Amino acid sequence: MSNTAFIYDAVRTPRSKGKRDGSLHEVKPVDLLAGLLNGLRDRHQLDTSMVDDVVMGCVTPVGEQGSCIAKTAVLKAGWHESVAGVQLDRFCASGLEAVNIAAQKVASGWEDLVVAGGVESMSRVAMGSNGGPWGEDPATAIATAFVPQGIGADLIATMAGFSRQDLDAFAAESQSKAAAARDAGHFDRSVMPVKDDCGIVILEKDDFIKPGTSVESLSSLKPSFEFLGSLGYDDVALSKYPQVAKIQHVHHAGNSSGIVDGASAVLIGSERAGKELGLKARGRVVATAVTSTEPTIMLTGPAPATYKVLKKAGLSLDDIDLFEVNEAFASVAMRFQKDTGVPFEKINVNGGAIAMGHPLGATGAMLLGTCLDELERRNKRYGLITLCVGGGMGIATVIERV
Amino acid sequence: MTGQFHYEKDADNIVTVTMDMSGPVNAMNDEYIELMSATIDRLEAEKEQIAGVVLTSAKSTFFAGGDIKNMLKAEPGKDEQGLFEMCDVIKAMLIRVETLGRPVVAAVNGAALGGGYEICLACHHRVALTSPAVQVGLPEVSLGLLPGGGGIVRLVSKLGAEKAIMPLLEGTRFNAAKALASGLIEEIAETPDDMIAKAKAWVKANPEASNPWHTKGFKIPGGDLNNPKISQLIQGAIPMLLQKTRGLVPAPARILDVVADTLRVDFATAMRIESRGLAALVTTPQAKNLMTFFLQMNQVNGGGSRPKGIEKSKVKKVGILGAGMMGQGIAYVSARAGIEVVLKDISQEAADRGKAYTDKLLSKNVAKGRMSEDKKAGILDLITATSEAEALRGCDLIIEAVFENVELKHQMTRELEPLLAENGVWGSNTSTLPITLLAEPSEKPENFIGVHFFSPVDKMPLVEIIVGEKTSDETLARAFDYAQQIKKTPIVVNDSRGFFTSRVFATYIDEGGLLLEEGLDPVLIESQGKAIGMPVGPLAVQDEVSQQLTVKANETNRELDKRLEQKIGSDNAGYRLAKRMIDDHQRGGRAHGGGYYEYPEGGEKYLWPEVYNWYFKAGHSLPEEDVKDRLLFRQIVESLRCYEESVMNTVADANIGSLMGIGFPPHTGGVFQFINTYGLTRFVDRCNLLTERYGERFTPPQLLLDKAQKGELFA
Repeated sequence: MSNTAFIYDAVRTPRSKGKRDGSLHEVKPVDLLAGLLNGLRDRHQLDTSMVDDVVMGCVTPVGEQGSCIAKTAVLKAGWHESVAGVQLDRFCASGLEAVNIAAQKVASGWEDLVVAGGVESMSRVAMGSNGGPWGEDPATAIATAFVPQGIGADLIATMAGFSRQDLDAFAAESQSKAAAARDAGHFDRSVMPVKDDCGIVILEKDDFIKPGTSVESLSSLKPSFEFLGSLGYDDVALSKYPQVAKIQHVHHAGNSSGIVDGASAVLIGSERAGKELGLKARGRVVATAVTSTEPTIMLTGPAPATYKVLKKAGLSLDDIDLFEVNEAFASVAMRFQKDTGVPFEKINVNGGAIAMGHPLGATGAMLLGTCLDELERRNKRYGLITLCVGGGMGIATVIERV
Repeated sequence: MTGQFHYEKDADNIVTVTMDMSGPVNAMNDEYIELMSATIDRLEAEKEQIAGVVLTSAKSTFFAGGDIKNMLKAEPGKDEQGLFEMCDVIKAMLIRVETLGRPVVAAVNGAALGGGYEICLACHHRVALTSPAVQVGLPEVSLGLLPGGGGIVRLVSKLGAEKAIMPLLEGTRFNAAKALASGLIEEIAETPDDMIAKAKAWVKANPEASNPWHTKGFKIPGGDLNNPKISQLIQGAIPMLLQKTRGLVPAPARILDVVADTLRVDFATAMRIESRGLAALVTTPQAKNLMTFFLQMNQVNGGGSRPKGIEKSKVKKVGILGAGMMGQGIAYVSARAGIEVVLKDISQEAADRGKAYTDKLLSKNVAKGRMSEDKKAGILDLITATSEAEALRGCDLIIEAVFENVELKHQMTRELEPLLAENGVWGSNTSTLPITLLAEPSEKPENFIGVHFFSPVDKMPLVEIIVGEKTSDETLARAFDYAQQIKKTPIVVNDSRGFFTSRVFATYIDEGGLLLEEGLDPVLIESQGKAIGMPVGPLAVQDEVSQQLTVKANETNRELDKRLEQKIGSDNAGYRLAKRMIDDHQRGGRAHGGGYYEYPEGGEKYLWPEVYNWYFKAGHSLPEEDVKDRLLFRQIVESLRCYEESVMNTVADANIGSLMGIGFPPHTGGVFQFINTYGLTRFVDRCNLLTERYGERFTPPQLLLDKAQKGELFA
């Protein structure tokens, strides 16, 4: 490969409940992203005419997030008119996919400076409102044995023998780690407050985290996917997993990722671009990978993706200092740990999406930023970010602090 | 005396709250917050003992709205947070009103505009008095603001986007009947007693009243943005708005944006978005300019430039000499104000043609159903078209509107002045000739004054009153009163060549001409003229004025120079080009078959192609900002010179005159207010740069330099 894809910075908005009473509900997705882009620009006095492209993940690209939100946000932010923008959708991996594509663009030498990340205002554009044949078209859904991912998450737990108690313990841990990290200021470098156009702060820090969450406090929550399963999806899933007698519905709002609003942006560029702009690299993208696994259970991709990316990187699991495994559901991260044997102490050390939320299109790039921050804080070298993805896909990225 | 919200409970346990603040009107200020929250506290505390509430006013207005003088003090980058929080306080109180759990009815006995109508919107029902004093609506947009007390969110929630959008974007003021028809109020009443009775009857009939937006499952009438019809409506409003504002004023766009968000998010969130919008707008230069315009209009119309201590007068009979375009227009506006008019021209035919103009305008109104035949006949009856001088006898005002010729005007004065009633006023509708010169043959020069109308007289709201050397204060007061009698806004200027408006207006045409002579593309000249906010480009405006008139006026000026031994009518591009257009191409202006433009019958005008063979140099270009500023600053610098020469006495007269007389861009607040928000020092610097690049006509006058140095504003 001709070039190294350096990470010059990684920023994100705080995350807040993706409902009408969430702090960011009043902010349009285009402004959420444009505000963050300008935060990044202002922090580095970035000459935006140097930016080749802005690659942004968004999983519900309709309505206020429709029509290439990436380019629209670039325009709204008032960036140089030569800056292009593209929105992509690889389901929950979109944010990391954006980073990976940006890294590939730079590594190939065909572009020099790219901003990558994502945006999702789940309060304004409801998850699933973009439809799609996979779940909606009878012939397609039947032919592919589609089930909603929560069913897959419960199936994973059932097959791995994770009890509701286990999952809740994991979730409570995520909450306490996230609260501690936020309160200790570990996110301060990367979380840019969301402000209105007068500069009045709308949201300063993540406010979705629920400190004090315990297994006990979670015990009253009702399973989220039992009803869906009873509609017939359980049987659809079990037709593929005849060895399982019954799906245990163990996931609920408290041990699944939170529905939130948020945006992320990572500045990736070549060494030359960094020099010209006087930027100091914080890290580099070592390798990227996507793969896919059995689509009905859907959420088992992280481990295979991890092995694939490590092979590309020429590294082993032991070389990796920190892992970020998206907490789409508690069982996903726990299954990853079980599949790989990576010690829990290295996984999601500052909590994850169960505590802070999962703004679908933005999360991947947020995780990369969290990982890089923590590598710096601990003075460590390698980090690996991975997410489970719709359709059975898995994605992974290895970064190195420089 | 301190203000009060009187609190009276009747036998049916209905509380009438009568707003009676300490100022002349009820207004949105700290006192309001204090009185209103105390009232709500009491209503909430006594809720179990009351059946409902009627909210009304002890003043002739219901409630006046925001405190403009206070808002003008807000500084950008500093006061937004405070403004945002202030909106929140006001909103929170009104939410307590609408969620009281008892019916609350607004009994609108007088004007309820802006904040006043926002209070009404938080009530559950509105009964308005059918009095001319009653006006309702949300005119904030005209001040460069938006309704920040829930006005946008509630109006959209109440009426739906389709019906709410125009009142919000245009700031329409509705009388009671129209407010009822447009859904802004629910009932009208003929008398104050009837109004209170109706309000109380509604309370009794609707004990469970609440506003629908606080009900679970509430849907905005007509649908939200997910409804394709509504989303098309909003999308369609965007280019319409831009076409109108040219992006020069932010308020309409912000209002539309809040409307759109109201159609996307819940009530509480939309309210917060609305507050942010107001906080953002208050400190913009445009809002400051438009609010200043509002205050200065009050100053001007309140008689700021009218001599004090002179009794208000009314004209009963006006004589108009010359039934041409100006004379017939003056006859029309005078007759419409109920004044007896004698319209005199040389021949009966010419005079009749002049009267027919009034017939034509009135007939249009009749055809549109806005006027009865009787009313029209009554107005026409007021106008006597004649060629007989004798008919003028007894006029308390004669306005001479004949050709711009000193001898002719002198002759008129000599012959007809004696026909004036005792102490009658002689007014000249001249736009160029010094009043002192015109007054020379007058027997009573103290009664002689300039009354400069603008064309078309029926539409243009301004009258420029010119005080001659010998004009008395009483004459000025009477001319001022006449202007107000015919519902025009009078500004007062001192006698000098070109007075104020014509002199400044000529610079716009002249600068356009200079740009043309330099070889700039005429299309560019025109589009930059529009881009700065002038109604049309300088070439188009020359066509409207007509090259013929420009040439005549300049020739008159040259003669005046000789007569008065002055050097005002010097060579200028406006004159040079108008003369060339006539002499070489026989194009005298729009009214004479064309000028810079061709005017095809029934089609759109387009640039006369030959003009490209005059000076146009392909590839000649100037920085866009320079073209814009040349067209704008030229007029301002000329205004400053006028001010320095004491042509006007007040900043308000200059600002209002420029806005209402010559189409100076409204968002600037006028020629001098523009400098205030642009920044005096910055303006001086820019003038110096323009002087360096383009010539001494941009040299900042001393008066400006002094003010800039002292850090003063034009006030």
